[in-house]
Amino acid sequence: MTGVKVKYLLGNIDNPNSADIEEYEKAGGYQALGKALSMESAMVIEEVKKSGLRGRGGAGFPTGMKWMFADRDPKFPKYIVCNADEGEPGTFKDRIILEKNPHVLIEGMAIAAHALKAEHGYIYLRGEYPAAKKVLETAINQAQRRGCLKFPLHIHQGAGAYICGEETALIDSLGGKRGQPRLKPPFPVSEGLFGKPTVVNNVETFANLPFIIKNGAEEYLKIGNPECPGNKLFPVSGHVERPGVFELPMGTTLREIIYEHAGGVKGGLALKAVIPGGISTPVLPPDKIDCPMDFVSVPKWGSMLGSGAVIVFAEGTCLVKVAWRSLKFFERESCGKCTPCREGTGWLRAILERIENGQGREGDIGLLEDVAGNIAGNTFCPLGDGAASVALNFIRHFRSEFEGHIKTDCRKMAVGP
Amino acid sequence: MSEPGMVVEGPLAGLEEIKKQYPTERAALMPALHAAQREFGWLSHEALAAVASRLNLPEATVRSTASFYSMFQGKSTGRHAVRICTNVACMVLGAEGLLAVLNGLYGLAPGQTSPDGRFSLEVMECIGACDKGPSMLVNEDLHTDLSAEKIIEVLETYE
Repeated sequence: MTGVKVKYLLGNIDNPNSADIEEYEKAGGYQALGKALSMESAMVIEEVKKSGLRGRGGAGFPTGMKWMFADRDPKFPKYIVCNADEGEPGTFKDRIILEKNPHVLIEGMAIAAHALKAEHGYIYLRGEYPAAKKVLETAINQAQRRGCLKFPLHIHQGAGAYICGEETALIDSLGGKRGQPRLKPPFPVSEGLFGKPTVVNNVETFANLPFIIKNGAEEYLKIGNPECPGNKLFPVSGHVERPGVFELPMGTTLREIIYEHAGGVKGGLALKAVIPGGISTPVLPPDKIDCPMDFVSVPKWGSMLGSGAVIVFAEGTCLVKVAWRSLKFFERESCGKCTPCREGTGWLRAILERIENGQGREGDIGLLEDVAGNIAGNTFCPLGDGAASVALNFIRHFRSEFEGHIKTDCRKMAVGP
Repeated sequence: MSEPGMVVEGPLAGLEEIKKQYPTERAALMPALHAAQREFGWLSHEALAAVASRLNLPEATVRSTASFYSMFQGKSTGRHAVRICTNVACMVLGAEGLLAVLNGLYGLAPGQTSPDGRFSLEVMECIGACDKGPSMLVNEDLHTDLSAEKIIEVLETYE
């Protein structure tokens, strides 16, 4: 079902010099770029469309289609931007590409620049990744000296705002402004950075391109789910024996990821809950872990693939506390632009906080549902929707724990893995 | 904009190079704020004024952008910036207990500087090291797999 197993994102990272251009080229690196440069731009876009590649940042939008829209816009210059503002809690997959395999990203960006006739590229790198910045600077210099980069590529360092992972906020932040999402349309593919057509793709998305161009769309379509092909990086954290990043075909089940690759729940404890795609995706109970992990399947099982960041909770974890900490995150990272999110996330956090602190009131669960219902669908960007859906799904799957918590403060009970 | 060949001097002279990476001076604002923070220690009134002057921007514009981002410091900080993650993946591995350790040992509270001016503490929302949590950044160094003992051991290497 999930097809051939080949590692093309992290295949070389056990080599201690994997970030060096010579090691990358020895392993076949930059051959795809050579091939792309011998093709017409339009053919490269066509190949990416045929491959069915979907954006790895969380939304899963078809990359070829995004490129086609930017290509059709007559305005120049065009920009390509790499979204390396990896901030979704639980996610550390792009960091491993940035630090261990930066040339696969740079090669992907060079292919994209050729396809889109882009004249300038930026990598928006989160401020919390200083080590990645140094590796990238070296790698960009190497690629420029080698003649692999025919356009200026610069690193733009973020400064700790999660919302800048949203592409219109990222574009404003790159322009020197507060990072607040814009109303869409217009979309960045027609009016993006400096008002020009701009393609923003995630690190992992760019890193898929060399394989697609080198081996062709047909080979790529043999990996993963036909509706959602290719490999995916799954960063796994929380209560597992072997946390880490695993490169697996799209459609690998959550069960296989947790029990085969991550070594199972820590200490052989029972699984209590799992967040499948980073904090902003709805929590799943243990009876849902046969869910295939791809953009098409996870929604059918009641959550979303998001960034693919799997956070595992063992029996004994207080999920009221997890829900509270999640909402504290949304409250803190709300950009403040629209009222339902700015005010609502604070209310959700405050209600969860009093429940967590043993001061919950009868009716608080209904109040949480009411507030969340007034955020969902009423905000500029998905941050508010995420916050609402996170709160609602913790309650949906673990209502009795919330009810019990309102009656008895869990900190008075001896629990915890 | 400086004339070619002219030697640029004074605060934030390095910005002239950074400005070339962007088509507008406004777009150089975030790198300018990073540079100012390195040069001045924090974004004081003088630092913001120097940025505004270099980029030909109103000070209000500079202040507006600076105040949006949590890593731009609007007050003076300790010699070492301690940024510890307490988000869910680190929390379930014990990150909150570490805050109590820091408070007990150094009198450090989130958002504050220790009385001796050695450390400033900021609670972070995920620093992307969840597989080895709890984790923290001290200045630009990542430290992982922290325990009450290890965090003290690590911080004692920062004078």
